[in-house]
Amino acid sequence: MSVATFAAALLNPAAPCPSGLVTWNGSDAAQRFGVYRNNVTVSLIEALADSFPIVQQLVGDAFFRAMAGEFARQSPPTSPVLAWYGDAFADFVAAFPPVAGVPYLADVARLEYARVLAFHAADADPVPVAEIAACLNDADALPALRLQLHPSLQVIDSPFAITSLWGAHQGSGDLADIDPAQPECALVLRHGLSVEVMAVPAAAGRFIDALQAGASLGDAVQQASDGDTHFDPTPVLGLLISRELLIGLGRKNQQQGEKS
Amino acid sequence: MTEFTSVGADVRRGGAGLPPAAGLGLKPEHYLDVLETKPALGFFEIHAENYMVPGGPFHHYLGRIRADYALSIHGVGLSIGGESPLDEAHLDRLAALIERYQPESFSEHLAWSSHGGNFYNDLLPAPFNAATLLRVCEHIDRVQSRLGRRMLLENPSTYVEFDASDRDEAAFISEVVARTGCGLLLDVNNAYVSCTNHGRDVHTYLRALPLAAVGEIHLAGFAQETDSLGAPLLIDSHGAPVAAAVWALYDEAQALTGPVATLLERDNDLPAFPVLLAEALQADRHLDACRKLTRVAA
Repeated sequence: MSVATFAAALLNPAAPCPSGLVTWNGSDAAQRFGVYRNNVTVSLIEALADSFPIVQQLVGDAFFRAMAGEFARQSPPTSPVLAWYGDAFADFVAAFPPVAGVPYLADVARLEYARVLAFHAADADPVPVAEIAACLNDADALPALRLQLHPSLQVIDSPFAITSLWGAHQGSGDLADIDPAQPECALVLRHGLSVEVMAVPAAAGRFIDALQAGASLGDAVQQASDGDTHFDPTPVLGLLISRELLIGLGRKNQQQGEKS
Repeated sequence: MTEFTSVGADVRRGGAGLPPAAGLGLKPEHYLDVLETKPALGFFEIHAENYMVPGGPFHHYLGRIRADYALSIHGVGLSIGGESPLDEAHLDRLAALIERYQPESFSEHLAWSSHGGNFYNDLLPAPFNAATLLRVCEHIDRVQSRLGRRMLLENPSTYVEFDASDRDEAAFISEVVARTGCGLLLDVNNAYVSCTNHGRDVHTYLRALPLAAVGEIHLAGFAQETDSLGAPLLIDSHGAPVAAAVWALYDEAQALTGPVATLLERDNDLPAFPVLLAEALQADRHLDACRKLTRVAA
């Protein structure tokens, strides 16, 4: 018996029971080895079920467990920190032939994993409201302003109605009224201890993407503006302030996050 | 080998250990119950890996609860029994967590869970022989020197044995404790499960363990299946109340060790907090009974 054969047989139901296992009463060692196989597979499926409850609802419990089991066999965790085990699950779902008929499933999985990331993201204190107000009142300095955003904030732009589908399975909205092929841009964030998911205009998503990439406020508005349409950042800035997602303010030539 | 039982730094950093009282595993489902009711428990225990995340609610609540209670950090991912060297990145995460929360106790398992870069999320068995002993002791030495503290090693639940084993489990554990200076986390349920599964006498097993090194006791429930010959095969499920036979073995162990911090483990089929608390208070009654017996004997 080597650890390697023991390990390899854990996630491969077709592999024979490792040799060198013995039992006190001569009972079947393979059956006993099956306890380990079952523990490993079931615990990994449970870990995925914890992170992807809406994907599970969308495909049903039995199908989800089979799909998650297949993922676990192909991609066992590489870290003991199982919170991050779903990292590659959305890509797996996107390429999993049996769900080709549910094209939005992978993006719903992306949304759910973003919620996991937001839930566990680093804590960061918001810039005091008075300081934000002082910055925003200095109109000349606004275009060069840099905004540092809370680490929980993520944008998921999808060709499918992922926020509505996710919300309907949370009990908000009626599934029958949703056109899954309607593109939606989702924001995922943590405000205090609560993770929130909301749909925003695609331009607002581009604006946040640009800010997160380090663009100044002026450049981010430019990048968010679509063709001739000028993007008004006021509503999304209001959202960032109300959800306490501004954690640093600086000017263009300053270090990110340095207070102005 | 480094001696960890009496150095000053160890005492300052939690070497004083957990209080000899009942504790519970801290579950996110119960954070608010704990904060609102402040139950009379000796300590809470967390699984280290669940808190190896940057921020958010887990740290928020653990920080608040830790302010009121002694804390045990229990690792499930170091793979101390593994063939590969310890994962230093994981050890760094563990050191950071321990630095942050300054727990009264840190413990891990006599088992492996990682191999070839994969993590299997289960506590897997290894043969009890010289090669495993060397690896386990090297790994425990590394953990204790990296963390600058003594750790407790938990006896395992196992379902198979190896023809490559050349000594019994209790002798193996005694050797590890003697060589590394680590303490023993005596899991009474694991002792019962493993002895049942391998046809051993649990009373003999118990007395062959290095009981003077016990720093904590675990109690849990098991599930009962049968092997291919119809003999009982007990599964360490952490999903049921503690069995009567395990309570009895707990009393027997305490008569040998004296009162020791005792954790009620429940990770699956989690009941409401008051149900778990009642089981912990039952352990406290057993601890009280043990104290009375000890006084009478003295």
